[in-house]
Amino acid sequence: MTQDLAKSPVLILGGRSDIGLACARAFAAAGHPLQLAARNAATLEPAAQDLRLRGGGAVSLHEFDVLDIAGHAAFLDALPEPPGIVLCAVGAMGDQEASERDPQAAALVMRANFEGPALILGEIANRMEAAGRGVIVGISSVAGDRGRATNYVYGAGKAGFTAFLSGLRNRLARTGVQVVTVKPGFVATRMTEGMDTPAPLTAQPEEVARAILRAIRTGGTVVYVRPVWRLVMTAIRAIPEPLFKRMKL
Amino acid sequence: MNLSGWGRFPQVDSRVLRPRTPEAVADALAGGRAIPRGNGRAYGDAAVSHGVTLDLRGLDRMLAFDPATGQLVAEAGVLLSDIIDAFLPRGWFPLVTPGTRFVTLGGMIAADVHGKNHHRAGSMAESVDWVEVMVAPGQVRRAARDENPELFEMTCGGMGLTGPILRAAIRLQRVDSGWIRQDSIAAPDLDAALAAFEARMAATYSVAWIDCLASGRSLGRSIVMTGEHARLAELDNRRRLRPFAIPAKRRLSVPFDLPGLALNRWTVGAFNAAYWRQGRRGAGPRLVDWQSYFYPLDAIDGWNRIYGRRGFAQWQVALPLDRAAVGLRALLAEIAAAGQGSFLAVLKRFGPGRGGLSFPVEGYTLALDFPATPAALALMDRLDALALAQGGRFYLAKDARMTAATFARAEPRLPGFQRFRSAAGLDLRFASAQSERLNL
Repeated sequence: MTQDLAKSPVLILGGRSDIGLACARAFAAAGHPLQLAARNAATLEPAAQDLRLRGGGAVSLHEFDVLDIAGHAAFLDALPEPPGIVLCAVGAMGDQEASERDPQAAALVMRANFEGPALILGEIANRMEAAGRGVIVGISSVAGDRGRATNYVYGAGKAGFTAFLSGLRNRLARTGVQVVTVKPGFVATRMTEGMDTPAPLTAQPEEVARAILRAIRTGGTVVYVRPVWRLVMTAIRAIPEPLFKRMKL
Repeated sequence: MNLSGWGRFPQVDSRVLRPRTPEAVADALAGGRAIPRGNGRAYGDAAVSHGVTLDLRGLDRMLAFDPATGQLVAEAGVLLSDIIDAFLPRGWFPLVTPGTRFVTLGGMIAADVHGKNHHRAGSMAESVDWVEVMVAPGQVRRAARDENPELFEMTCGGMGLTGPILRAAIRLQRVDSGWIRQDSIAAPDLDAALAAFEARMAATYSVAWIDCLASGRSLGRSIVMTGEHARLAELDNRRRLRPFAIPAKRRLSVPFDLPGLALNRWTVGAFNAAYWRQGRRGAGPRLVDWQSYFYPLDAIDGWNRIYGRRGFAQWQVALPLDRAAVGLRALLAEIAAAGQGSFLAVLKRFGPGRGGLSFPVEGYTLALDFPATPAALALMDRLDALALAQGGRFYLAKDARMTAATFARAEPRLPGFQRFRSAAGLDLRFASAQSERLNL
């Protein structure tokens, strides 16, 4: 770790997600106390008990709705201890076709992937800046690297989130606060269950967790979990728009 | 999708569901005959189904631990590696472990796995306090020695054919460190190897690598290895300070299928000869970390690819004590004559066995692996016959190709298992490619 956060509490926003839980296990194994935040947090008690057994440390549950922006500050104030590391695994894939027809559905996808996550991390960034230390990890997506017909509403939300994290990193570079953007690529989770994703491009949630802990340890900035994704997305970004617009991706 | 066991042979087209809650397991069971699957480490077709295969790795929560008794309660999809990672730093180690830690708790119980301490500790079932089995959609039964004892007996070693295990309580043992005091001797022939095992019945762990290509006077030459959990007083100062820390391992991996020719009688023969020489030179006591001692192959991701695309088959037999020497001699002579040796030939003394379809029987077990070639498959058929002639019993977790007639001859316990299944209607609900092939 680049700073002394070895046993510092870790706040996981979106503690119900597969990636969030895999990260929680990895942090627990490394000896960190955990704060899991999600809607209906009480139902995460079995997960919390599992984490206590695996790590032997404290795990607390916190009610949190990323879309309740007015409640963000109060949520942070109520935590038992300010977290040294915050991981945001909040997001929603949505249904692209529904998003095309129904502006309300599209707005929800945009808010759940961009507005909510960005604003809570912005609030946390201000607090960490004042404290002079901390790590912020945002789970964004390769879908934000270029809009595609099949998921551009989700992708647009993630693109916004990626840009926000990039700016936050730039702003905080001299303050001792580390900002990590994670673009996991395909991950074998409930969100992708039933999708036929190519095996070499599909990571397990535990791999994402390992990559994140490594990035924190080594001061990483933008993490593609499987390195091949950096290549894939560089190639996809390089396709000229007149050609790209005709492609089926 | 196409699914197979660890040996990647045979491949079966199966519908794979991944329930994450007991309710989802019940829903999945309503969809037709199914077989539960853990981490896919059974070698053959025990955990693949022509119908529904239930991937239970999503049920992976640890539920409770009692440091007074060492009892851990966990869902069946928890990996043994996670149990060790969580509890070894606190001084606990599984009572029974197979040769890989990348197995699930439910899979270990269903196969009633054994470890290098079977001659003293028995099989997995001995460390299980109770299991909860979903015998029909939504119907969960707890089974233990004093509660539904027959279900307990049939479930431990029942290969998932009594229904998916949802959770279990197992006991861990106290250890002082993550180090094993290993001692090894080179036994120049089979008699010497068996004598070495018999002389070491008091050792906690014992196992032998056996050179299955050696013939004549060297037939059955082995490196016999024993092990004891090292106590604090037996560690040097550096290790005593952090007794559960072991050197970080570089993880190797086999990233693609090796060509089928990579393993042939000459390369395997050369490997075995070199291994024998090295084992003889390196005989004697030394300190080994727990990963290297229990799980040497876990250090190589995807080692099952060294056999190439066609996959491979394991063959493991247990011979009763009074017929072990004769039986082993016949088997080894046949293997050496065929020139179909394997890297991973393992010989081990078993203690008393259990009921159900549990594999171990007091005597000796021999485990081999072969590429899934026509010649090797034919050899395995001949080995089946030789083993049957000496009262041999076969390990379902390894099998991929035995015939129903062979298994029925080896298993006088099979009719009892079949009766139990049909009386409870389990045969209508649970089936694997293996259970269909062997009529389990």
